[in-house]
Amino acid sequence: MKAVSATAASLTLNIDGQDLSCRAGETILEVARENGIAIPTLCWLEGLSLWGGCRLCLVEIAGSPKLHAACATVCTEGLHVTTNSPRLTHYRRMIVEMLLSERNHVCSVCVSNGHCELQSLAQKLGVDHVSLPYRFPKLTVDNSHDLFRMDHNRCILCTRCVRVCAEVEGAHTKDVKGRGILAAIIQDLDQPWGDSKTCTNCGKCVNICPTGALTHRGTAVGEMVKKQEFLPYLTLMRGCGK
Amino acid sequence: MKAEEMLNLAEKARQDLDHFQHHIHVCTESGCQSSQSQAVLASLTAEVNRRGWQDRVWVKGVGCMGLCCEGPLVKCDDRLYQRVRPQDAADLVASLEAEPVERLHCDTEQPFFTRQKLVVRENAGKIDPESLLDCLAHGAYQGLLRVLTEMTPAAVIQEITASGLRGRGGAGFPTGLKWSTVAKAGGAAKYVICNGDEGDPGAFMDRSVMEGDPHRVLEGMAIAAYAVGADHGVIYVRAEYPLAVKRLNKAINQARRHELLGLNIFGTHFQFNVELRLGAGAFVCGEETALIASVEGRRGLPRPRPPYPANEGLYGAPTLINNVETFANVPAIIQRGAAWFAGIGTAKSKGTKVFALTGRVRNTGLIEVPMGMSLREIIYDLAGGIPEGKAFKAVQTGGPSGGCIPAEHLDIPVDYESLTRLGSIMGSGGMIVMDETSNMVDVARFFMEFCMTESCGKCVPCRVGTWQLHGILDRISRGQGKSGDLNQLQELCAMVKQTSLCGLGQSAPNPVLSTLRYFEKEYRALLEKAPAAGAAPANSAKTVALEVAP
Repeated sequence: MKAVSATAASLTLNIDGQDLSCRAGETILEVARENGIAIPTLCWLEGLSLWGGCRLCLVEIAGSPKLHAACATVCTEGLHVTTNSPRLTHYRRMIVEMLLSERNHVCSVCVSNGHCELQSLAQKLGVDHVSLPYRFPKLTVDNSHDLFRMDHNRCILCTRCVRVCAEVEGAHTKDVKGRGILAAIIQDLDQPWGDSKTCTNCGKCVNICPTGALTHRGTAVGEMVKKQEFLPYLTLMRGCGK
Repeated sequence: MKAEEMLNLAEKARQDLDHFQHHIHVCTESGCQSSQSQAVLASLTAEVNRRGWQDRVWVKGVGCMGLCCEGPLVKCDDRLYQRVRPQDAADLVASLEAEPVERLHCDTEQPFFTRQKLVVRENAGKIDPESLLDCLAHGAYQGLLRVLTEMTPAAVIQEITASGLRGRGGAGFPTGLKWSTVAKAGGAAKYVICNGDEGDPGAFMDRSVMEGDPHRVLEGMAIAAYAVGADHGVIYVRAEYPLAVKRLNKAINQARRHELLGLNIFGTHFQFNVELRLGAGAFVCGEETALIASVEGRRGLPRPRPPYPANEGLYGAPTLINNVETFANVPAIIQRGAAWFAGIGTAKSKGTKVFALTGRVRNTGLIEVPMGMSLREIIYDLAGGIPEGKAFKAVQTGGPSGGCIPAEHLDIPVDYESLTRLGSIMGSGGMIVMDETSNMVDVARFFMEFCMTESCGKCVPCRVGTWQLHGILDRISRGQGKSGDLNQLQELCAMVKQTSLCGLGQSAPNPVLSTLRYFEKEYRALLEKAPAAGAAPANSAKTVALEVAP
């Protein structure tokens, strides 16, 4: 996230019919959040670098036939943004359906049931069924770490864990292997998490994981409540906030 | 090297050429090498030595002469011979001063050769790509000399803009505009990148340029670097092109040794260095932001644009990225002028385009034709039509990002706009011709499988969407489609196209959409064969096999 200098110019734009002001360099998503306009996100998290992979924050901009990711689009003067339309809702619902079909998401037995960003997003978007065939991949659960557990069945590859580990904790234990539908989160050189020499056991990845993929060991169904407040504080302390 | 030194060297090389009475050219590019052209070259050399004709006959390996299906091709003076085997060497050498060898004769008067217009490939088949002297004798680096001694950077950009050259990588962005954007971007360091990550199935235009005339690419890059104010260049080549890598490396070393790269080129203040980077086989690295990430040593993943590489590219510096063929056009434009170049082609698409002809045509290989030639001329005149009396069905252009064009549109001129209107794209120049025996659902399934395995996995629509699309296509082509499949295909295609992060995902549905548009009947025919809805399993054996536990 870019620091905005004190001398930066301000400009005005229109989001969903509201005339709003913002600082030069701010993204549509930042301005929308500041003004209480909800744009759904999964990969974006304040304090982490831009990823732009979940495509949930796509918005329409007047005069442009394309859709634009709100997290990656910097505001310009006079922008007319629509964050909600039948087309956008349709696409967002399809994205959530795709995520649900990709791996094995079974809410009723998940430790994050009731505290899951994917689940609440699906509820908000009214995903009451999945119209796409499920993939049912055979995936593993990495239970080798003393404190934490990685369940690949519930991972949506948002890479928040990869980024927080590299950018905030500075350990870069986690990364992604493979590509396309076979991509997966790994530790070090694809070792069991418990064998990792670089993991500092800080638990940041667990707390910012949006689903039940990264959890504390010893939690039962619905018990895994994530605490994400640390990230805005750390961002402020590092002087990167506004 | 000073300008006079280079001109003297070129003159001397030309005199050396004229010193020989006969010239034998053997194609030593990947295509002909795969049919033993190296052995042909060796036996021809041995035969010339055996006769003691070393001082009269010059035997050399050259770049692609186009008609790859009839390789190895050998040119003895003005006569072209096809399918030459090592044991033909004695006859060929003897024929230099006698009648031609009829059984190996290749007709150079056929439209395949006469209808071509060579700009990018003007020296391919004439020069030894591994010899700098030979390249100099044929005018290499004269464009760079002219630019450095006679033109300002702004004048170079003006010339390129006036020529109407557009990017040959696929999208057709105006090259002059791109150059001027990078030239105007602030910053002390700037980079020039040559995109040689040609990954479309059935496309080998850029490989041929890099293998057949590597100095031309270097010269084009140096001219671009001078124009935009860069002093460092990177050529990104896929590692699957070992011969291109070898020849580019050799060319870079030769150019460095002769100070055509490095400091004070031609005694001016201009400096430029080029390094080679090899891709590790990811199709997505042809996308410019993914390519930059790969050059920087990171995972080859695209990122949202803007900022465009022209402003924030390699190591955050303004970066010019052009395709191999685009750079290879530049020396010709500088030497012969923008007006000459703009005189070739159509109103909006100037110059020539190299196409790789593959599939069900008589003549497969490389052609370079003026923009605006019709698909019918290319397929029936140059490529010689469909063999075995079969009927033409469709031509696929633009690889996995392009589409299939049916017979009723064969008369459209080949230019950027016309192909886009038909739901395909110009792409980098792959042209796969299909006859009546091809099943278009199968074609769509093949390209979707390609996109699925080449998706980087960063964004959801491309990662999961291509898998879902492939599942449906696979199911239909196995005769197990369901009644709602066509609607779901359309819906998924629209969604993947609209919401994907980079060009790979945004264009991945094109083969499906274009076959649905022109060949919906074939989808319907397969669906009618399908058993009652519900009987088909949701996932195919193939997709299950792809699942690997992390």
